[in-house]
Amino acid sequence: MEHIVIIGNGIAGITAARHIRKLSDKKITIISAEADHFFSRTALMYVYMGHMRWRDIEPYENWFWEKNRLELKKGYVERIDTNSKTLYFKDDGTISYDKLIIASGSVTNTFVWKGLELNGVQGLVTKQDLENLEKNAPNNKECPRAVVVGGGLIGVEMAEMLRTRNIEVTMLVREDAFWTNVLPNAEAEMISRHIISHGVDLRHNSELDKILGDNNGNVKAIVTKDGEEIPCSVVGITTGVKPQITFLKNSEIETDKGVLVNRKLETNIKDVYAIGDCAQQRKPIGNRPPVEAVWYTGRMMGEALAQTICGKPFEYNPGNWFNSAKFFDIEYQTYGWVFSESRKKNYEEQFHWKCKSDLRCITISYKKENGEFLGINTFGIRMKHEVFNRWLNEKRSVDYVIQNLKQANFDPEFFKNYEKEIQAEYANQSVTV
Amino acid sequence: MSTVQRNMSLTGEPPKTINTQQKIASAIGLIGLALLFLALFNLNFPNKTLWLSASLVMISSGIIWFSTAAYLNKHEGIKNDGLYFKSLTSRGFWAWILGITLTLFYVVLYWFPQYLGLVQEGDNKGIVALFDPLSKLLNGGPASQWFVYGTLYTVAILAFGIKFILKYRNNKYEKLRTYSVMFFQLGFAFLIPELMQRLNSDSFALPYYDLKNIWPLNYYNFEQYRVDEFISAGDIGLALLIFGIVSIFIITPILTYKYGKRWYCSWVCGCGGLAETAGDPFRHLSDKTQVAWKVERWVIHSVLVFVVLMTTAVVHSYLGDDSSKYWLSKDVFLISVAVLLTLVFLGVWIFKRDELQKDARIGSIAYFVIIISLIALHFSTGKTLFLFEAETLRQSYGFLIGAVFSGVIGVGFYPIFGNRVWCRFGCPLAAILGFQQRLFSRFRITTNGGQCISCGNCSTYCEMGIDVRAYAQKGENIVRSSCVGCGICSAVCPRGVLKLENGPLEKRIDSNEILLGNDLNLMNYVNK
Repeated sequence: MEHIVIIGNGIAGITAARHIRKLSDKKITIISAEADHFFSRTALMYVYMGHMRWRDIEPYENWFWEKNRLELKKGYVERIDTNSKTLYFKDDGTISYDKLIIASGSVTNTFVWKGLELNGVQGLVTKQDLENLEKNAPNNKECPRAVVVGGGLIGVEMAEMLRTRNIEVTMLVREDAFWTNVLPNAEAEMISRHIISHGVDLRHNSELDKILGDNNGNVKAIVTKDGEEIPCSVVGITTGVKPQITFLKNSEIETDKGVLVNRKLETNIKDVYAIGDCAQQRKPIGNRPPVEAVWYTGRMMGEALAQTICGKPFEYNPGNWFNSAKFFDIEYQTYGWVFSESRKKNYEEQFHWKCKSDLRCITISYKKENGEFLGINTFGIRMKHEVFNRWLNEKRSVDYVIQNLKQANFDPEFFKNYEKEIQAEYANQSVTV
Repeated sequence: MSTVQRNMSLTGEPPKTINTQQKIASAIGLIGLALLFLALFNLNFPNKTLWLSASLVMISSGIIWFSTAAYLNKHEGIKNDGLYFKSLTSRGFWAWILGITLTLFYVVLYWFPQYLGLVQEGDNKGIVALFDPLSKLLNGGPASQWFVYGTLYTVAILAFGIKFILKYRNNKYEKLRTYSVMFFQLGFAFLIPELMQRLNSDSFALPYYDLKNIWPLNYYNFEQYRVDEFISAGDIGLALLIFGIVSIFIITPILTYKYGKRWYCSWVCGCGGLAETAGDPFRHLSDKTQVAWKVERWVIHSVLVFVVLMTTAVVHSYLGDDSSKYWLSKDVFLISVAVLLTLVFLGVWIFKRDELQKDARIGSIAYFVIIISLIALHFSTGKTLFLFEAETLRQSYGFLIGAVFSGVIGVGFYPIFGNRVWCRFGCPLAAILGFQQRLFSRFRITTNGGQCISCGNCSTYCEMGIDVRAYAQKGENIVRSSCVGCGICSAVCPRGVLKLENGPLEKRIDSNEILLGNDLNLMNYVNK
């Protein structure tokens, strides 16, 4: 029986395993050094916040693995010999495979900062990071203030987590508003205001210079590039993530930022594949970055690869881009492409509407020349994935999207509708243009 | 040196649990409660009206002030911070204390009302006496233990209802739903039946009737003493009796078809009302395992079978005694019941066979065969219907299900098993509504394409123990008989994935696999 070995039990690896099992009877082994069972990485924050227990963020009950004959192996793969098709574990022992799937995910991305080795400096990517945060910031007596470096999705999550324990949070953001490398300015500014309203000391245009420690090797303070010293006990490094591929260093598997793969998710070595956060497309697909560290893309790659492995050669061919997040109380969804100021295409035009409450807004992006709808960012209003997917495929015009916006609404029943306001604003802007 | 205890497990250090205002508010509420305790121990209050009012006002205002202090100083949004760190809401010490106290209260209420001060002949004492003035004001007579219970129950739904509204003030669905349960509890369950008692005289008597309480939840509605009273009360009584029958056979199916069982379970029902308001802090304690789901299906449907047998036996036992009173004869009644059950059974097997899981098939056939054979046995050999005397069945049901299950376990164990134990495992009306919701209703929880991140908030906060995430992460809509439509899964979802909706029956359950991942034409290719 063919033996499929998967390194990593995150969403990509587990999706691949589940779909291979659905399609075949192959022997499947899943290796992880991080956790006994698959868990939702995006839900780590809720455990620290007391909304859920660890077992609540595990999507499958413990019997699931045995019932589906998915063998779980806890261990850290230190070396891969692709000639003999053997994996070597850190704590001795080997395992051989017929086909290998690398789904090792991401680690925290850091820059060259002094003091990174100090106790209390951490990211928020792994289960171990969560355990560390519990240890480093159990309450506001042990940790009166934390500094979060970086204005992205993980940064705002970390700030929200720490605020639930009444820990003062200073957040250093390099740009002049939150996540401006992704969000159009008006949205970024609204989210910045919302973060501040939750008691976060949000510093724009501010960067980390170095981290200072005390005699015991614990964090004592940080110094910004402006020379300001901010005392703190925890430093959250949330300047993005990068593929976890250090264990491949001495193998013959070709890597760059991540493991290089083609559209079939094959590496340069036969029978070795890579999916999820750790994979890097040799040629980017459409507007997508070559390394996509997103829950949904990990899931899609897992699904696609399962087909290939089970004898139906299949390319990773993601449909329209979509993503979502939540910034404290404001939910965010995006369908299609809406680019930030710095990455805006020259053919792209945007329509922006913001609610008086400063808690809701949308940005619709379209082609200047013919008004073709390109994408939407929606904050505080839930919208339907299916409808936008269809409109994008049908290449609807921005006028059509605005006129039919109600069809896309996914807010709970009885919620206030904003379509009329949005339509009025659109008509108003069109006239003035 | 820090005294913080660090353990290696992933259980956090609770943030400071309550602020000063909340402490004062708690104290006020507890003093109000203490007044009731003093009455319980036979402290004779001189001015009962004054002290009762003081007590109820203090309890209510304590709860409401506590809630405003807890929520109004924060942003609108989800308020579950630290829930799993607090003793009361994570099966800790205080949860057990509360659970045991509530359980004891129910035991005394059901079986030892004399300890509450109930006196059959003569003046009440204790806590029941304290409620005499209010009872006289409303219904003209002295209080009973049930009046005390009804009043406290209503106060709980109203005060904790306000707490719930403040907690979910960002969510209009939750607010409207809560206004609705508060209205039905205060009006239909409490004021109207109490005031109706005033109409009673020596020549005219209506049974105590909470109009929204529908058989079989209201399992005693068709017992002889009530039916006799209905009939002897002339047109009004007859109208009420007919309303009771119409409720279950006409109103309920129509509304459940249109809106799902939520129209009752989380908008109208009193049991649901208490669970959704006072029970809200315990909703995450429901068991989400697949084993629990299996147990649930067997237990709740067995209770339903039990109540159908019991009611049939009871009605059967008194029919035909007096042909001037009852036009329906024993045999006609029994045959009608058999025909109705057969029609339901055949209807489901002919039209919805594919939707029945294995245990549903086994269960439905087994129960159907047993009931019909027992009825046949009765006709052919004249054996006692269902083998036991109707009175024995009635008393067993009243004790086991009516008291122990719905009261002691249902509410007493809120802090341990969650707030919907009765609704999920026991309520026969929920079983009927759920059966219809699963097979023949427009209601579903829609999943928003591929946006689920499997975080687990929806499953955790489902009071009915539905593993919502299991469906959402597959892009499947959720159509489950137990769903009471409280809407909390949708509220706590951080990615806007879930929506409660009424829509066409076609494709109610289908999953949207394309949106989970790869492009459409590729999926077609796979399916070839």
